[in-house]
Amino acid sequence: MKNHVLRPLFVVIGIVVLILLARIVIVPKDFGIGERGYMYAWYRKSNEEDWKKFKVKYMGREYCKDCHSDKYDAIKQTPHAAIQCENCHGPANDAVSEHPSDQRPKLVIDKSRAHCLRCHFPLPYPTSARLKIRGIDPDKHNPDMECSTCHNPHQPMEGLK
Amino acid sequence: MISRRKFLKNTALGIAGMGISLSALEIIDPRKLFAEVAADKAAVRWAFLVDTYKCVGCGLCVKACKEENEVPYDANVTRTWVERYVLTKTGKLYADTPKGARDGFTTDKIDLNADGIKDISKEGIEKAFFVPKLCNQCDNPPCVQVCPVGATYQAADGVVLVDRKWCIGCGYCIMGCPYGVRFFHPVHHTAEKCNFCYHRITKGLKSACVQACPFGARQIGNIKDPNDPVTVAIRTQRVGVLKSEYGTKPQVYYIGLDEEVR
Amino acid sequence: MVHGELWTVKELFVTPNEYIYWSIQIVMYPFMTGLVAGAFVLSSLYHVFGIQQLKDMARFALVFSFALLFAAPMPIVLHLQFPFRGVEIFMTPHFTSAIAAFGIVFFTYGAIVASELWFLYRKHFVEVSLALREKQDRTLGEQIRYLIFCTLTLGVYDISEESLHRDEKAIKFLAALGIPVACFLHGYAGFIFGSVKANALWMTPLMPVIFIMSAIVSGIALCMLTYIVAMEIRKYLAKRKRAAYAGLQSQDQLKSVEISVIQMTAKYLLAFLVAAISLEILDLIFRGYTALKSWDVLRSVIYDRDFKTIFLMQYGIGNLVPLILFLIPGITIRRAVLGVLLVLFGVFMMRWNVVIGGQAFSLTFAGYMHYHLPIVPHDWETVKEGLVGAIAIFIMPFALFTVISKIFPVFETQKAR
Ligand code: HEC
Ligand code: HEC
Ligand code: HEC
Ligand code: HEC
Repeated sequence: MKNHVLRPLFVVIGIVVLILLARIVIVPKDFGIGERGYMYAWYRKSNEEDWKKFKVKYMGREYCKDCHSDKYDAIKQTPHAAIQCENCHGPANDAVSEHPSDQRPKLVIDKSRAHCLRCHFPLPYPTSARLKIRGIDPDKHNPDMECSTCHNPHQPMEGLK
Repeated sequence: MISRRKFLKNTALGIAGMGISLSALEIIDPRKLFAEVAADKAAVRWAFLVDTYKCVGCGLCVKACKEENEVPYDANVTRTWVERYVLTKTGKLYADTPKGARDGFTTDKIDLNADGIKDISKEGIEKAFFVPKLCNQCDNPPCVQVCPVGATYQAADGVVLVDRKWCIGCGYCIMGCPYGVRFFHPVHHTAEKCNFCYHRITKGLKSACVQACPFGARQIGNIKDPNDPVTVAIRTQRVGVLKSEYGTKPQVYYIGLDEEVR
Repeated sequence: MVHGELWTVKELFVTPNEYIYWSIQIVMYPFMTGLVAGAFVLSSLYHVFGIQQLKDMARFALVFSFALLFAAPMPIVLHLQFPFRGVEIFMTPHFTSAIAAFGIVFFTYGAIVASELWFLYRKHFVEVSLALREKQDRTLGEQIRYLIFCTLTLGVYDISEESLHRDEKAIKFLAALGIPVACFLHGYAGFIFGSVKANALWMTPLMPVIFIMSAIVSGIALCMLTYIVAMEIRKYLAKRKRAAYAGLQSQDQLKSVEISVIQMTAKYLLAFLVAAISLEILDLIFRGYTALKSWDVLRSVIYDRDFKTIFLMQYGIGNLVPLILFLIPGITIRRAVLGVLLVLFGVFMMRWNVVIGGQAFSLTFAGYMHYHLPIVPHDWETVKEGLVGAIAIFIMPFALFTVISKIFPVFETQKAR
């Protein structure tokens, strides 16, 4: 062998070829360049579908309408109309179960005072809409009682006890 | 926005023009090219509009987001969060976002983390407001640019997604984001971020946070549709974006953005 | 628990997802690549520019650089959430990312160092394998050794004058080629940080250059240190075995060789040290003078919160003291050891101040984060991203060196002569 100087180069080329071969096996077939070009879209195309298949959990109030029409109609007449049912009851579906077909965990009912205070703690901040929500001082307004003992959240001022 | 649309149109035409002149050399079917341009016109580009005047800081959006997207509820990371800014008459700024406002703001004291809790008298407040934050789905997403393996990318409709099967967890994208929207998912251990609830918007639903917001402070829309209320609002109102100096071209627009908002 | 929460303490206004995600291993990473690059540049000073005083050091530095080479990517691997997915950097590289370049640059660099070593030690491989081939009944150990060395010759057994001459030319070529690649390897490590526009402390085009300078400083320092240790051992052996092997160099001979090598190397160390400090100071002055929006928070980090680690530990103990130690004429081995130890410490602190310091303030510019290095490990995460992991990484090249030097003898060649 006259020119041994190139031997290491052959070894390097061999390794590069091995890497390229490994690529054929390891890289998913749909890996490629998307619409935003190599800089912003170099990815596995089927991942888009993976994300689209993700489970929807919050169904929206229209979903409750047929079965809980009383609540649905009642809340419409009150200042709470804008609040989604699931904000206080948690998502109708979760990762494992679905309301109501799966009766196991009936939907949660968040009765904590803290939950109502998200909006009703008085924060009279100028330039913020929070200013306009009537707040109550939690230390003075019937402390140690759940708000729903007196207020029906679906009709907050009806039948106050 | 008009100039933006014009720009898009011009580029599209320019590219088409180039394609046609190229077709002399390389046989490209011009019909196919036009079809692509047309498809581009019909295409979707998601954009977000936040009205900071309307936000009351209830944090129901954060709660909904965490449950919808299976981000462990008690983990101290979140895809979206709400910040509170309080400016006093003495010119001082106090800001906080306890637990990302997952439980809203149920106290008037400011949470300064290791520096304790700060009591501010109601009278001392000059202005105060809430600012919801989420991924800006930038037109030039720096987080995507720095991913070494192609595990995060921008879909054709502008949403930046993370491939949980391909992410190696180096954290470079987290470092690269000027808005701090990325984190490691406590269960999957891959990079995680807001994706406008991709599974919802592609089904015609609103993002979970948008649906959860009782006050309409959050809206999502297709900026390529000139009749979309979000597009109209962005076009006709004074809107701002966060940290435009980074050149990221964020696509979350804010109404009533204050200079103090970081 | 969320990754990063364990060692991050937040202060004032910090957004919810901000933690110190890049912790001790990312401090180790540029530190280790810096050592690789520095060691290689040192060896090239002899091979390319023919600086004769460095002859003894050059061979050693090259082998050490090879040992370091294997240790350099380990911090990254330990840092990854999915270490086994690391190969994806070769499978689907995204070259707009500075980290993706790592695969290619690192591989190229490794190939150059390995090839250079091959040319340097080819004669040795051939001799060993020929000697073993002659032997009739080889033990299992010898058989394995024989196979290893046969493979290492790559099938070339020609060690004529002419072919050895060709080897030398190849070495010179590779050493010359290696310098820019080594600088690139490390410069790009600086680029990883310098190009993060989201980070006010990191974003500066000076970052790669600063990294290269301090890399060379640390590489030279580590080579000097290891060289001194190796020489001390040899001196000790010389003292004990002189009676038995008359051919060995005497203790005094060794000592004079050692001192002259150290003197020579120290000069280069000083030159690069001064360059590194100047660049860093320039960066600091520039930031203060231009005083962009981020300067308020940066100033409070640099001059207040991190004052101790930056000015005391890095510039003071790590730069100024060794500078003085080396500038006082009539250097002694003991002073040199102290000097290089401090230099190594200084460079480590510089990496620390960049990586941890860069995450010491929030993206809001209105809050801070403190890093608490996990010292006593209690789960896998605190092992790999804690003191234990860092020390393991630091020891690794030395362990590797002992193994590798069995194949590439660093000092024996002199004995043979
Ligand atoms: C297909 C009909 C149906 C739909 C749709 C439906 N529910 Fe129900 N829901 C039920 C039934 C049946 C029960 C069980 C009543 C019981 O056991 O007392 C129930 C129970 C509940 C409870 C618990 C009552 C308790 O006493 O514990 C809540 C809260 C609730 N639903 C809320 C909702 C909300 C919010 C939605 C909309 C997202 C919804 N439901 C949609 C049928 C429905
Ligand atoms: C502001 C929070 C809030 C909202 C919004 C809300 N609920 Fe409720 N809901 C409650 C609370 C609190 C209770 C428990 C009341 C009680 O203990 O008397 C409750 C109870 C219920 C129950 C069980 C009541 C019973 O009598 O057994 C149903 C069913 C229900 N809600 C459905 C709905 C539906 C449907 C909507 C949307 C139209 C809705 N809720 C909106 C807070 C809310
Ligand atoms: C998402 C924010 C939100 C939450 C959560 C919320 N409310 Fe309200 N509530 C409002 C708004 C907005 C109004 C109307 C404010 C006004 O006009 O001052 C209101 C009004 C009221 C009123 C006065 C109604 C009237 O007719 O004048 C009562 C009482 C009330 N809420 C009780 C509750 C209770 C009890 C809860 C907890 C179960 C609760 N709210 C949770 C937003 C909220
Ligand atoms: C013991 C019964 C009781 C409980 C418990 C109670 N409230 Fe009330 N609340 C009342 C009554 C009675 C009124 C109307 C008289 C008034 O203004 O004080 C009222 C009024 C209100 C109003 C309207 C105030 C206004 O200025 O018009 C709000 C808002 C309200 N409550 C919220 C809450 C919230 C939030 C809780 C739970 C933290 C709560 N309440 C708990 C009895 C109760």
